[in-house]
Amino acid sequence: MGVEVVVEGLSKSFGRQAIWRDVTLTLPSGEVSVLLGPSGTGKSVFLKCLIGLLKPEKGRVVINGVDLCSCPEKDMYEIRKLFGVLFQDGALFGSMSIYDNVAFPLREHTRKSEKEIHNIVMSKMDMVGMLGAEQKLPGEISGGMRKRAGLARALVLDPQIILCDEPDSGLDPVRTAYLSQLLIDLNAQIDATILIVTHNINVARTVPDNLGMLFRKELVMFGPREVLLTSEEPVVEQFLNGRRIGPIGMSEEKDSAQMAQEQAHLEAGHHDGSSEDMRGVVPQLEPTPGLPPRDAARRRRQRVMQILHTLPEPAQHGILASLSREDFDRYQDWRRRTAGMAMPTALPERPPSRPVSPQQAHQATRPIPPQQVQQAPATRPRLRPWRRDGGDQ
Amino acid sequence: MSTTTRSPIEAASNAVTGALREFGNLFAMGLDVVVAMFKRPFQIREFLQQFWFIASVSIMPAALVSIPFGAVITLQLGSLTAQIGADSFNGAASVLAVVQQASPIVTTLVVAGAGGSAICADLGSRTIREEIDAMMVLGVSPIQRLVVPRVLAAMAVAILLNGMVSVVGVCGGYFFNVVVQDGTPGAFLASFSALAQLPDLWVSEIKALIFGFLAGLVAAYRGLNPKGGPKGVGDVVNQSVVITFLLLFFVNLVVSVIYLQLIPAKGA
Ligand SMILES: Nc1ncnc2c1ncn2[C@@H]1O[C@H](COP(=O)(O)OP(=O)(O)O)[C@@H](O)[C@H]1O
Ligand SMILES: [Mg+2]
Repeated sequence: MGVEVVVEGLSKSFGRQAIWRDVTLTLPSGEVSVLLGPSGTGKSVFLKCLIGLLKPEKGRVVINGVDLCSCPEKDMYEIRKLFGVLFQDGALFGSMSIYDNVAFPLREHTRKSEKEIHNIVMSKMDMVGMLGAEQKLPGEISGGMRKRAGLARALVLDPQIILCDEPDSGLDPVRTAYLSQLLIDLNAQIDATILIVTHNINVARTVPDNLGMLFRKELVMFGPREVLLTSEEPVVEQFLNGRRIGPIGMSEEKDSAQMAQEQAHLEAGHHDGSSEDMRGVVPQLEPTPGLPPRDAARRRRQRVMQILHTLPEPAQHGILASLSREDFDRYQDWRRRTAGMAMPTALPERPPSRPVSPQQAHQATRPIPPQQVQQAPATRPRLRPWRRDGGDQ
Repeated sequence: MSTTTRSPIEAASNAVTGALREFGNLFAMGLDVVVAMFKRPFQIREFLQQFWFIASVSIMPAALVSIPFGAVITLQLGSLTAQIGADSFNGAASVLAVVQQASPIVTTLVVAGAGGSAICADLGSRTIREEIDAMMVLGVSPIQRLVVPRVLAAMAVAILLNGMVSVVGVCGGYFFNVVVQDGTPGAFLASFSALAQLPDLWVSEIKALIFGFLAGLVAAYRGLNPKGGPKGVGDVVNQSVVITFLLLFFVNLVVSVIYLQLIPAKGA
C-alpha cells in the first residue's frame, strides 16, 4: 500500500522572495491528490521540497516517520527510493537513448539480467504508448513523448509515491485523457500515493480523490475533491472555471481597479473567457474495466463520511450524490442510529461501516431531534436517476 | 522593498558573506569529490570519454601557446643573463622557469579555458533541464557519477599536457637561445645539470595535478549551481574560467613557496 505523506507548516523562500508559507496538508496513503495553482505559484518548488531536493526554511515533511527536512543524507537516499517522480520536462538524460533512460534505475538499483530489464522496460514503454521509440535520443522526440518516457522511467521501480509535475502540459487533450486514465489504473494496480501538480481543469475535476490549490503564497484549500469543486471561494471558483473575472490576474494578483473594470465589461456583455460553467462535482474516473476496484476509493469513502458533517453543505451534496445506492443507504442508516448524539458537530470517531457498539445502539434509542431528521432529505442527491423510484425516507 | 534602502556597508558585508559562503560550498564539494573518488563502481566509460574530449580540445592550443611562452622566457632571460655575464646559465634558468612555473600554468589555463568551460556548460544545461535532480531522485549521486570522472579526467589531461608543454617549451627555448641569440648548444645543455634537478619536474607535475583538480572542480561546481535558466549557464561558464584563473595564481604562489622552502635549490 502507498505511503502517507504529512506536510506540516512548510515555508519556502529564495532569498527575499517568499514562495509560499505555512503549507500544511496530508496526502492520505494510496489516494490520488491534485495540487492546482496558477503558473509561478511554486508548485514545482513544492514537489522538490517533498523529495528533499530543496530545503524549506520551516516545517516538516514526514514520510514513514522520517522528517525529510532534517534527516541525514543517507536516510534521504533511502526515502527517495519510495518515490517515482515525473519532472516538468521529463528530465531524461540527454546522452542516453529512451531505452537506456528507462532502464537506468533498474541497472542502478537491481541485479536483474539484461533480459529481465528488457521485459520490464518494454512493458512500461507499452504502458505509456512509446513502443517503437526506444532507440531515439530525448532530443529527437516531441515534448509530450519526453514526458511519457519520463513517466515510464518513474514507474519502472514500482514506486509507492508518484509525483507528477504537470503531466498534461505539452500533451494534446486525447493523450491527457489517456494519461489520466493511466494514473488511475496504476493507482488501482499498485495502490501508490499519487500527487499531480497541474493547472489543467479537466484533470483536476475528474482524476483526484483530494484537491488543493496554491495561490498568493499559501495553500488556499486542501481537501476531498467535492469540497473544492463546489467551493464558493472566489479564487478556487475562478480557477476551476478558467475565467478572467476574479482575484487571479495576468500577473500574480489584480488590483481592485482592474477587478472593477473587468466586472463592468462583463456586465456590458463582454465575454469573460470561460467556455461554460464548470462548477459542481463530476463523476470521478474509474479504473479500466477488468482491473480491480481502487482500494483507495473505499478507504477515502470511509474517511470522508466521518468528516462529512464538518464539510460545507454543497460538498456534502456532492459526496452523497457520488455514493452508490448501497453506500448511501448504509450511511443513512448509520446516521439515523447515531443521530441521537449531538449531531452534526460531534459524530463518533468511527467508520460508518463498522457494527454499532452496544453503547451507540443504546444512544440511538433516544428521540431524534426533529431538526436533524429534517436535514437528512436536504442532503439527498439530486442528480441520481434512482432517486425518482426511491421511497426510502 | 528594503533592498533599495540598504546602506553600502550592509551591501558590502552581504557581498563578503556571499563570497565566503560560495567558497565554503566549493570546499565542501571538493571534499565530497575526493571521498567519492574512492567509491565503487568507478565510472570508467565516462572518465575515458571526458579524458578524450578534454585532451582533444586542449592539445593544440597548449602546444601553440607553449612555443611563444618558452621563447619569450628564453629571450628575456637571455638578455638579462648576458648583461650580468652569466650567459652560460641561460639554458638552465629558462628551463627552470618553463618547467616549474610556466608549464603548469599554461596547461591549466588551457584545460580550464577549453575543457573546463565545456564541462561547466554541459553540467549547467543538465541542471536546468532537471537531469541532475532526476538523478538524485533516482538515488544516484551526481558527484560520483558525473563530477568525479570529469575532475579525474581534467587532472589526467593536465599531467600529460604539462609534460608536453614542458618539452615543447624547452625545445622552443633551446631554439631561440641557440639559433636567435647565438648561444652555444653545449652551454645550454651543460647548465641543465648544474642547476636543474629531478624534483623540479615533480613539483611541476604536482602543480599540474592540483591545478587540474581545481579546474575540474570549479567548472563542475559552477555548472551544478547556475542561476536562472539558460542565460545563467552562460554566466557561470564565464565565472568558472575567471574563478579558476584567480585560484590558480593563488595556489601556484602557495605551492611554489612551500617547494622552495622544502627542497633546497641545487648548488645552493
Ligand atoms: N532555484 C530557484 N532559485 C530561485 N527562485 C526560484 C528557483 N526555483 C523557482 N524559483 C522561483 O519560484 C517561483 C515558483 O516557481 P515554480 O515552482 O516553477 O512555479 P510553478 O507553480 O509554475 O511550477 C518562481 O517565481 C521562480 O522564479
Ligand atoms: Mg512548474
